[in-house]
Amino acid sequence: MRRLPVLLVLAAFAALLIYAEGDLPDRGDVQAPANQHVSAYYIQHAEEEVETPNIVSGVLADYRGYDTLGETVVIFAAGMASLLILTRGGHR
Amino acid sequence: MIDRYDSLIVTFTTRLLVPFIQIFALYVIAHGHFSPGGGFQGGAILAASGLLVRISLGQPVVRWFTHSRMRWLGAAGLLIFAGTGIVPLFFGSAYLDYSGLPIPFLSGAALRATGILIVEIGIAMAVLGILLTIFDHLSGWDR
Repeated sequence: MRRLPVLLVLAAFAALLIYAEGDLPDRGDVQAPANQHVSAYYIQHAEEEVETPNIVSGVLADYRGYDTLGETVVIFAAGMASLLILTRGGHR
Repeated sequence: MIDRYDSLIVTFTTRLLVPFIQIFALYVIAHGHFSPGGGFQGGAILAASGLLVRISLGQPVVRWFTHSRMRWLGAAGLLIFAGTGIVPLFFGSAYLDYSGLPIPFLSGAALRATGILIVEIGIAMAVLGILLTIFDHLSGWDR
């Protein structure tokens, strides 16, 4: 059985992940660090600061605009890569 | 090159559906402030309408969303986004701080909302252009 070492490594990794998962906060936990910091500020101030009732849009395009710009650049890079790779009869 | 799909039902349904798909996409883009939606989703729906025309009516029929225009549309969308970020730098604000945009009669929060709309339009253009570019290259438009 040549796959036995791979399976053992995978099982050990899964056990590690399951062990670490116990320390994660519950979903939607108010006391979790992720919910203590900026998200409370966004929920309280997004409507008056950005005037967008859809908080998701405000966070996506305004507070986290740099992140969204990066996502757009990734899409653009994917398109340019396909253009370079798949174009026929180009420079050789 | 994809040719016309030889079925009256498919081609007629496509011609019937595509205008409504595109109107809905524009609604999703423009209404992103108030309801779920925005540039990525609206651009993807617009691209879906373009794909529907390409697959059922054939690529020679495409008149507006043509292969040669789409890459420029994608680049223009990205430039709109990045340019909207750069312009406030010249008016004393930070990068991507839309409250520094030089738009008359608007200030503060309303200006930021307008900046979000401009950016969403740029994202939609980029997504539309790039998705159709990738499809055209995979399906061999230039062959």
